[in-house]
Amino acid sequence: MTLLALDRVDKVFGGLRALRAVSFEVAPKSIFGLIGPNGAGKTTLFNVITGVYRPDGGHVRFDGSELGGLAPARIAELGVARTFQNIRLFRAMTVEENVMVAGHKLQRSGVLSAIFRTTSHANDESALTKRARELLAVLGLNEHAEDVAGSLPYGSQRRLEIARALMLGPKLLLLDEPAAGMNSAEARELERQIRFLRDELGVTIVLVEHNMSVVMSVCERIHVVDHGETIAEGTPAEIKVHPRVLAAYLGQETTADPPGEDAP
Amino acid sequence: METAANKPRWALRALVGAGAVALIFAAGLGVQAGFVEYVQRIILLAGINVILAVGLNLINGTTGQFSIGHAGFMAVGAYAAAFTGVHLAPHVAAALGAGGVADAVTFNLALLVGALLAGATGVLVGLPSLRLKGDYLAIVTLGFGEIIRILLNNAQFLGAATGYSGDSAAGLPTYTSFFWVYFWVLVVVGLVRNVTFSQTGRSLIAIREDEIAAEAMATPTTRLKVLAFTLSAATAGIAGGLFAHMQSGIRPEDFKFDKSIDMIVMIIVGGLGSISGAAIGGIFVAVTLELMRDLQQYRLVLYALLLIVIMLVRPEGLLGSRELGLAFFRRAQKKPGAT
Repeated sequence: MTLLALDRVDKVFGGLRALRAVSFEVAPKSIFGLIGPNGAGKTTLFNVITGVYRPDGGHVRFDGSELGGLAPARIAELGVARTFQNIRLFRAMTVEENVMVAGHKLQRSGVLSAIFRTTSHANDESALTKRARELLAVLGLNEHAEDVAGSLPYGSQRRLEIARALMLGPKLLLLDEPAAGMNSAEARELERQIRFLRDELGVTIVLVEHNMSVVMSVCERIHVVDHGETIAEGTPAEIKVHPRVLAAYLGQETTADPPGEDAP
Repeated sequence: METAANKPRWALRALVGAGAVALIFAAGLGVQAGFVEYVQRIILLAGINVILAVGLNLINGTTGQFSIGHAGFMAVGAYAAAFTGVHLAPHVAAALGAGGVADAVTFNLALLVGALLAGATGVLVGLPSLRLKGDYLAIVTLGFGEIIRILLNNAQFLGAATGYSGDSAAGLPTYTSFFWVYFWVLVVVGLVRNVTFSQTGRSLIAIREDEIAAEAMATPTTRLKVLAFTLSAATAGIAGGLFAHMQSGIRPEDFKFDKSIDMIVMIIVGGLGSISGAAIGGIFVAVTLELMRDLQQYRLVLYALLLIVIMLVRPEGLLGSRELGLAFFRRAQKKPGAT
């Protein structure tokens, strides 16, 4: 059983091969870590999965459909939500409005209903507001609902991105460095929230993160990439002692080529 | 979430609407009695500017897609309404008997035809060009505005460069009155306000704020941009129809590039993204341009200076993106306890 399967995905930017034959599978209701040094291709992978980039080779399969070549909005509709490494909130809108924007599935009436302010328009607005408040409560942002999103502190902005992504009602949530800029207390709270999303909302999570204590604490499996290539995959305990992972993060003692070890 | 509180109270709305129309009617009588014709004309122009600015603000301010060719849509609306009015009037008069009622029916049908045609042109221009971003979109809309003007300059059945004034020597009928201008101001402002404060409006603002994030949130960005562009073009068409019936004829000259720039000035001065700001900007431009008429050739210099001063002192425009605190503009319909 897999929810998301990448099969030998390639992505080339001019002369740079950003991704080479990356393959991995994510089981439903799991928390899957994606790590690697800066520039390894983690965000590129997210961009390929969510349709921002088109893969130059290979397949991305999600819940029975091929995602390669679909538009980002279509992929989001199918149930893939994401957050962004460099926060992309609708800064001038309120916290609550940011979340409501993603609530297309709760909306039953169209623009004509809005123009004539019909009952179904009012019902939609109530349903959107209600759901947005519930998700803000999950992420601990309810008291900021009326604040302008751009005025929130950094850590809260990251949590708001998660609340907004959840409003899509996704099956899969891609989190791009959610703990960046958080202090350790905030990071512990984030770990709790990520587990809550999986346990209570049943969302599968793929996490890109540099904060290793967060990754090791919440992820069940971890996939490691470097220079666009898979170098390892395994449980947190296996990854912690994997020689190629250590070499990628800490450098190698010799200049010799690493042993031709492949992902398990 | 079917709740009784969500049921719109139609009777109350009808009452408020009728009250507003009656108020406009009374104000119209007051204006007619109290002001000389010259001042009345400025008041009409101000109303037309409000329609133009509020409509343009929907695409430029709310959605953040810069159109600088809206005079083209105004021209389409003006010519379509004038042409329709001239050819429809005899039939309506035959059916209803000549008089005030027939005139009102002819005029409003003509305005609607103008709005529809301008809106349809908006779809045609918007569909291919709204995939472009920023400067590129601006250039396409600029080119469109010029194309319309040049087409009109060469359209013999619309009078070409000398302009269109109908078939009679008297020129176009001057249907445009205080009542009809401000009736349409009410309709257009109500329409734009209801679109803005809804899920559609939130999505439009989201596109302006961050298009990539909006797409990642399943927002149908191209469809919504075309929708906003079309509504904006249709309102410019209504303004064009009202403008056409203020005088005996319209010329392609009336819809030159500087007309588009005037509209941009209105929304920038008022504050991009604010409906009430756009309205204030529209009135501001109509009034200042007229007040400075005595200065003759120095008028444009002073006007430019005034704009520079406003941009230095209040770069976000008079209202910024805020709305006036009237109940009418208040963020929509959140009943207490709805959360």
